[in-house]
Amino acid sequence: MAEAAKPKTSNSGQTLAQKLLARASGSELVAPGDIVVVQVDLAMAHDSSGPRRWKPHLEALGASLWDPSRIVIVSDHYVPAVDGESAAILKLTREFANEQRIGHFFDMEGICHAILPQKGLLRPGIFVAGGDSHTPHAGAFGCYAAGFGATDMLGIVVTGQTWTIVPETIRVELTGRLQSHVSAKDVMLLLCRELGMDNAFKAIEYGGPGVAAMSMDERMVLSNMAAELGGEVGLVAADDVTLAHIRAHGGTASEADLAWKPDPDAAYERTISINLSDLEPQIALPHSPANSFSIDHAVGAPIHQAYIGACVGAKLEDLHMAAQVLTGQRVAKGVRLLVAPASSQVTSDAAADGTLSILLAAGATLLPSGCGACAGMGAGLLAAGETCISTTNRNFKGRMGHSEAFVYLGSPYTVAASAIAGCVSDPRALSAELVGVQ
Amino acid sequence: MTETASMGRAFVFGDNIDTDLLAPGHLMKLSAQELAQHCLEAIAPEFATTVEIGDFVVAGNNFGLGSSREQAAVSLRQLGVGAVIAPSFARIFYRNALNLGLPALFCEDAHRIAEGDQLMVDPVLGKITNKTRGEVLSCKPIPDHLMAMVRAGGLIAHLQSRRGT
Ligand code: SF4
Repeated sequence: MAEAAKPKTSNSGQTLAQKLLARASGSELVAPGDIVVVQVDLAMAHDSSGPRRWKPHLEALGASLWDPSRIVIVSDHYVPAVDGESAAILKLTREFANEQRIGHFFDMEGICHAILPQKGLLRPGIFVAGGDSHTPHAGAFGCYAAGFGATDMLGIVVTGQTWTIVPETIRVELTGRLQSHVSAKDVMLLLCRELGMDNAFKAIEYGGPGVAAMSMDERMVLSNMAAELGGEVGLVAADDVTLAHIRAHGGTASEADLAWKPDPDAAYERTISINLSDLEPQIALPHSPANSFSIDHAVGAPIHQAYIGACVGAKLEDLHMAAQVLTGQRVAKGVRLLVAPASSQVTSDAAADGTLSILLAAGATLLPSGCGACAGMGAGLLAAGETCISTTNRNFKGRMGHSEAFVYLGSPYTVAASAIAGCVSDPRALSAELVGVQ
Repeated sequence: MTETASMGRAFVFGDNIDTDLLAPGHLMKLSAQELAQHCLEAIAPEFATTVEIGDFVVAGNNFGLGSSREQAAVSLRQLGVGAVIAPSFARIFYRNALNLGLPALFCEDAHRIAEGDQLMVDPVLGKITNKTRGEVLSCKPIPDHLMAMVRAGGLIAHLQSRRGT
């Protein structure tokens, strides 16, 4: 289907995306615009995009899986089953994983993007194909991780290969230091506005001292929301923080993996610099992540629900941010605060370190780990006319329930502060007030 | 004009038509036929019932952004949409559309097409003839190897026909 790779000589340096695609396609050099056939190292799919879509076609084609040991299946969209249909989808997924001897199957342990790093499955340099649009999440580990639809994924799990067009790269350079109550989520809401969501067939590469200072949980937010920018991948070159995270989660990493970084003279389509020291909390108004402003534009807008969930917004550090704001506070009357940790590991870590009890004492309702209301499938959906503020990554019309519901996107700090106030609130104002009280 | 050319009416939409508008998340358990009846209903409640086989969806920038869900492209195909024409597409939607046999055409001048215009679209030549306005617009032709797949009805049908099943 695709043309063979045509290695090109180039005088300018290589972006990280180019280097990763050269490796995956077995070429010496690749240039933006080349169509390359790549070997996939890890293929990931979930209960909605995976087995239930592949099974009938695999049977009709009489095809088998290329390498079950390199396939990861995560049941996260329909968990836990709430009706006959979701139960049947989960059952089919379980049976498929069993019959096909899938190497890595995680049933109701959490959201697929949270699972990959948590299980130590990522390593700098590899090509990850995921049957989900937020697969770029894994780019925080220096992997070329791109999302594909179910039919593309079917081709991938049968052949182990796919094709792509080598993207041009937009470099995002972060300098300075995040102020208190400001996070990577605010960086991404700002970028959605500045770069827009129409960067299809482009790679986003993040770097600079601001990125170096971030934890892996924060870097994953940058990579995850490269999807909102329309990017194919959201890349962060590996450093010691990356290697330490991989090792701590049982994965394999070596110093040699640090070679996966862009050349200093790499040719970028453009570079955008953000000084984190000047960044204020951002908020996306309904119905687009790019409809974002600094928080003061929306302060005071009443809310019915505050949702702390999703791959992007319910990792352990996200819960820590919420707990920092919610300590000793109560959720406003008439507002429901829902917390769906990104994985069962996050839930148990948050229970162990006391975070969970802070959230519960503030009046939060704990929901199962999974995509839940973020996917419009699980608990926490909205009725017509209701407004929610959410740590998720998308607020399209109809995504979290009714098409006449309204969703604001903010950081865990902002969502927690808004839950206390009953309306969209600046988390910095709340902490200033507390200092005043003391 | 080549044999892949077809005629139909234009249904015009704006920028950033996302996958939740095309295939709402909370309805994803419905069958493809049922789900298609809700395609774009949040912004165009009559679309699913008035679009006819061979009609075209014409839109602004970044068509199909959002989820990787193929039901977005499947719904348009179910309704018989002949092609989607837009200045730019989200990457996963673009791949999904071709994989499912729905031509997606990059056309810088898509904004020159108005609701209800009669179009003759040739994806191989990259030519859109607007009969209503007497205008010819060009679009990026779909490369041969991809068009062979689109014509077969998508990647799976294509694989099947090559295996002779
Ligand atoms: S939590 Fe939301 S964004 Fe993340 S994988 Fe699930 S549905 Fe997608």
